[in-house]
Amino acid sequence: MLPHLWCSGCGNGIVLSSLARALAELGLERNQVVVVTGIGCWGKADDYLSTNALHGTHGRALAFATGIKAANPKLCVIVLMGDGDGATIGGNHLIHAARRNIDLLAVVVNNHNYGMTGGQVSATTPAGAVTSTTAYGNPEREFDLCELVMAAGANYVARGTAYHVPQLDRLLREGIEKKGFSFVEVMSPCPTQYGRRNQLGGAVKMMEWLRDHAVPVKSFREKRDDLPPGSFPIGKLHEGDDPDFNTRYRDIQARAQKEGQV
Amino acid sequence: MMQLFMQGNEAIAEGAIACGARFYAGYPITPSSEIAEVASRRLPQVGGVYLQMEDELASMAAIIGASLSGVKSFTATSGPGFSLMQENLGVAVMEEVPCVVVDVQRSGPSTGLATKPAQADLMQARWGRHGDQAVICLSPATVRECFDLTIEAFNLSERFRVPVILLADEIVAHMRENVELPDPSSIKVVDRKLPTCPPEEYLPFKPDPDGVPPLAYYGSEYIFHATSSMHGERGYSQNDPENAAKKIERLFSKLTRHMDEIVHFKRYYPGDEFDLLIITFGATTRPARAAAQRAKGEGIRAGVLQLITLWPFPEELVEKEARRASSVLVCELNLGQLVHEVKRAAGKDKVFGLHKANGEGFTPKEILSRIKEVAGSAQA
Repeated sequence: MLPHLWCSGCGNGIVLSSLARALAELGLERNQVVVVTGIGCWGKADDYLSTNALHGTHGRALAFATGIKAANPKLCVIVLMGDGDGATIGGNHLIHAARRNIDLLAVVVNNHNYGMTGGQVSATTPAGAVTSTTAYGNPEREFDLCELVMAAGANYVARGTAYHVPQLDRLLREGIEKKGFSFVEVMSPCPTQYGRRNQLGGAVKMMEWLRDHAVPVKSFREKRDDLPPGSFPIGKLHEGDDPDFNTRYRDIQARAQKEGQV
Repeated sequence: MMQLFMQGNEAIAEGAIACGARFYAGYPITPSSEIAEVASRRLPQVGGVYLQMEDELASMAAIIGASLSGVKSFTATSGPGFSLMQENLGVAVMEEVPCVVVDVQRSGPSTGLATKPAQADLMQARWGRHGDQAVICLSPATVRECFDLTIEAFNLSERFRVPVILLADEIVAHMRENVELPDPSSIKVVDRKLPTCPPEEYLPFKPDPDGVPPLAYYGSEYIFHATSSMHGERGYSQNDPENAAKKIERLFSKLTRHMDEIVHFKRYYPGDEFDLLIITFGATTRPARAAAQRAKGEGIRAGVLQLITLWPFPEELVEKEARRASSVLVCELNLGQLVHEVKRAAGKDKVFGLHKANGEGFTPKEILSRIKEVAGSAQA
């Protein structure tokens, strides 16, 4: 148990343990791993890891990570962002990193609001939900991040939850191993801010809600219309094999070097 | 020596490659775009990487990431893009990441006269970021200086673990001149100081006696943690006031202690004696020199001091040189940014300005006219 700053009932610690297990099981050397973090509760995760780390500005983690990986293709780059950081302020970088198919793992822990700044609305806050800046209900609609990233061209897209831990371990492992842009969204409870304002019944109840609404993707696709409202698919949602940015760029370098000699 | 008919922007890109830069991330903007275009063709030829990012915020972030991977990195932009880079430029200051940002200034405010020259980003270069922070800023006046000062920008950046701003302007960036590039073997290239201690003892923000900490790179045997939040020598968050004061003061002092290495300038003094000192930077130096020549015919002895290093401001140099003149004239393509610094260093009674912000450069004639006014008032 580490001393940490997360609230009781928060899912971040569970995701962090899952990531640490994934790194250990893959046998990666600490000096070959760079963890890049955004701003917010989950953006503090780098403080609890003993790998290389870069903690930058709000929303830009994927842009820092793109430079790290493009400059040194051998590094294992893992980017940890919340939904505010990774999908709201950082939404543009998210779609372009996926389009570019840069070889890294992006983990967005989605707790449906800005936890650290006081529970404000984010791009994944469900329509109608109450936050500290949507007292009358959210007038905007939420992003489905997995669909967004899939459409943008990611090679690996998966969704897990802080409740389904063995599955999460596997998804993070697969995401690290997969060449190209890998995206894992982790649905995670925020009882202190989001849960409290929406009367979701505290940490245990929020975990039970995840248990009851997360549906393995295969059965989700088969039974979609019969599932309770709010149900969502978990597991590996998409896998492709497009060449990643560095592979494509090696070809560019080879062509440039050939033509440059003429 | 290689003779080339070359544009300022091309010389900047070639200068970067000549001193070992192998990563460029940027977003197109006039009048800097040729730097990106040359970089996109030349970098893959030398094993480097060109990345056109989705915006300037991402560009600045990407060059920081690449530099921490151990690769000399740069970007180029103009005023509006430079504004977007400021937040992550602050990250480079705080995490002490070497990198070079070229700002080819154009007329503003905002999108202004997007293809016209100005020198109005001087204060943006100095204070654009929030918080107290120091950077180095150099400004070229000729195509050859574009080449040389890009190399110097990288050298200072690597030497001091600080982002360096090359503050060019539309005139010098788009000007073509016949230039002689130095033999590659004669180019002085400075690389960052790497740690030599055992990996478990490495502290990425513990300064050597010169104030500059050695910098490892991601993937080396050293493991390190970099954060834009206030941090201690280990690179982890540390919020006590003593540590914060020590860190912020060192960000300044690691530069101000070494002004002898940082301050570059050129003197154009007729016979080394003068009554009127003209202070310029960037392309404004050229009409100022022509005006100083013509002033001789009017019986006015005028010398031109071209400031190449603009930040940290070379106060001692300006104070010393100004003391030799009865009056000082600061010529700049803005409404008065450099003149205040010069007044601070030289005393405001003898310092005059010539300012222009209509999207056009100075002519020697208008500078000469102001020289006569200033010389007249100094005699009166």
